[in-house]
Amino acid sequence: MVIRINGKDSEVAPDISVAQLLEHLEIRPGRVVVELNAEVVSREAYGGTQLKDGDEVEIVHFVGGG
Amino acid sequence: MTQSTAQASEATALDRFSLAGKEYRSRLIVGTGKYKDFEETRKAIETSGAEIVTVAVRRVNITDPDQENLLDYLDPKKFTILPNTAGCYTPEEAVRTCRLARAAGVGDMVKLEVIGDDKTLFPDTPGTLEAARLLIEDGFTVLPYINDDVVTAKKLEDMGCAAVMPLAAPIGSGLGIRNPYNIRIIQEHVSIPVIVDAGVGTASDAAIVMEMGCDGVLMNTAIAGAKDPVLMADAMKQAVEAGRKAFLAGRIPKKLYATASSPIEGLLT
Repeated sequence: MVIRINGKDSEVAPDISVAQLLEHLEIRPGRVVVELNAEVVSREAYGGTQLKDGDEVEIVHFVGGG
Repeated sequence: MTQSTAQASEATALDRFSLAGKEYRSRLIVGTGKYKDFEETRKAIETSGAEIVTVAVRRVNITDPDQENLLDYLDPKKFTILPNTAGCYTPEEAVRTCRLARAAGVGDMVKLEVIGDDKTLFPDTPGTLEAARLLIEDGFTVLPYINDDVVTAKKLEDMGCAAVMPLAAPIGSGLGIRNPYNIRIIQEHVSIPVIVDAGVGTASDAAIVMEMGCDGVLMNTAIAGAKDPVLMADAMKQAVEAGRKAFLAGRIPKKLYATASSPIEGLLT
């Protein structure tokens, strides 16, 4: 299935969870925040949140800023 | 130490910056943008003595997930992390950014910026007011970046903002306080902390902000953009301390004519 990750369409395995997506992308879950279709996904919910075709995912973190 | 210097250091040692129910020793808030690398960021921030540091929320580069993270260099247990909404042009974008920041687990205090124009980076006042209202409703502690406008400052205070942060000059301009009288009017009309945010260029600008009795000063480019950021961080630390001490000491009034410092009595002629 295709989901949009940080503004780019990406092919991922069907029905993967947020936790599996992060693992697939090799992103440490501890330092990022995930948004699914403009709603924040809490860390506790990563494992239980399944993605579906067409979902829009944002993965953000803190960077230097003023 | 003499008794008088002991008294002086006691007066300043007891001085605290109170913000949103927490007390800080340092009145300097620093940004973390524009540094060469995270190591320089860490050194400059440690040298500045700042206890509150601002950060931005941005997308992770998913093609290079091994990148180091800012929070590996700035321990959130040691610093109060103040996420900003820099780059947001609408209340909706700002609220979305704040929710993401809160989910990172660094608390609910945010630096609200709703930008109205990309050349000046001046705030969009109606957008800032609307975003502040939504964020306060949602339980955030809001520190809004505003023009040096007392009417806006009052409205944000009445709404429940924890401080107001009027600009000294455009962000990153280094022009210093362009309108000290407007800042003074804000100070006289609000009872929440006034933190001058943006426009500081060098140490004397920071000292002037503190001499005026502002509660704090927030800067990024003035330190990060200096030729030697760590040395400038030290200069800013000392300027903020000196300015605060001068404010507490109470400066002499300005007069047009001279008053001799040496006695007239006992002159030779």
